[in-house]
Amino acid sequence: MAWASLSDFFAMGGYGFYVWGSFLVFFICLAGEVILILNRKRTLLKQLSLIYKATKKEQDNETKT
Amino acid sequence: MAINWFKYSAPSSFYSLAGKLTPIFFAVASVLFVVGLYIGFFVAPTDFQQSEAYRIIFIHVPAAWMSMFLYLIMAGWAAIGLAFNTRLSSMIATAIAPTGAMFTFLALWTGALWGKPMWGAWWVWDARLTSELILFFLYIGFIALQAAIDDPRRADKAGAILALVGVINIPIIYFSVKWWNTLHQGASVSLTESPKMATIMLTGMLIMSIACWMYSIAMVLMRTRTIILERERHTAWVGELHKEGE
Repeated sequence: MAWASLSDFFAMGGYGFYVWGSFLVFFICLAGEVILILNRKRTLLKQLSLIYKATKKEQDNETKT
Repeated sequence: MAINWFKYSAPSSFYSLAGKLTPIFFAVASVLFVVGLYIGFFVAPTDFQQSEAYRIIFIHVPAAWMSMFLYLIMAGWAAIGLAFNTRLSSMIATAIAPTGAMFTFLALWTGALWGKPMWGAWWVWDARLTSELILFFLYIGFIALQAAIDDPRRADKAGAILALVGVINIPIIYFSVKWWNTLHQGASVSLTESPKMATIMLTGMLIMSIACWMYSIAMVLMRTRTIILERERHTAWVGELHKEGE
């Protein structure tokens, strides 16, 4: 291991800004993509179930009359 | 064991298969990312020339590889969709584009953060960097073009043409460091020569690359599922899905 202490680890031999700037943005992007896809799906499923309920109601009304 | 693969070219059966596979790929990706980061930060030694700044390689190279691989795969699925009129192939192509664009952005971003301390510049108009930037614009163009066309099947076809024309850029990126004098270094890893880097560094980089592959597959499966739902919302099987979900 190349690190003597925790602050040594964060300093990255003076390149901390560049190294952590790369790794942080990398994993924020990856996590962000997962969240975006899950949100897109959740919204879509909500819409679809509303449409499904609405059409079901319509059909029920039609059978009553 | 005979599996009828054509069964899964139907969006409805692919939908359930992709749902089962996504968590597996995601779990494998997570484990590999942890192992790769451990090797990258705690096992791999300090570089004698670049000190700790070289550790950016563990994400820069995988991101750049993925940006090119994903483009080829996207263009491949788009071409199959165009030639055989298979809906699912085109949906997969559409699902790959955002992930590919993200990895292209990350290759450029990490490259800028690596270029500044090593070359003294965030950006130079060198052949490798410029062709990678063009790749980013190709992804954005593909996404924008498809988003601008209302009819999904027409959007698929228009996108496929754009993707296929853009394939010419991939060998340009790959060979740019050979064809031109670039500030960007040549390939450290190639199929024809032995790698020009320490084994442990190479191991870490390859593990991170496989992790990115697994992550990309998980994302593409997830996004394809959403696109299937969007496009097939009027079909009976999506309705059935909702009866179960109630």
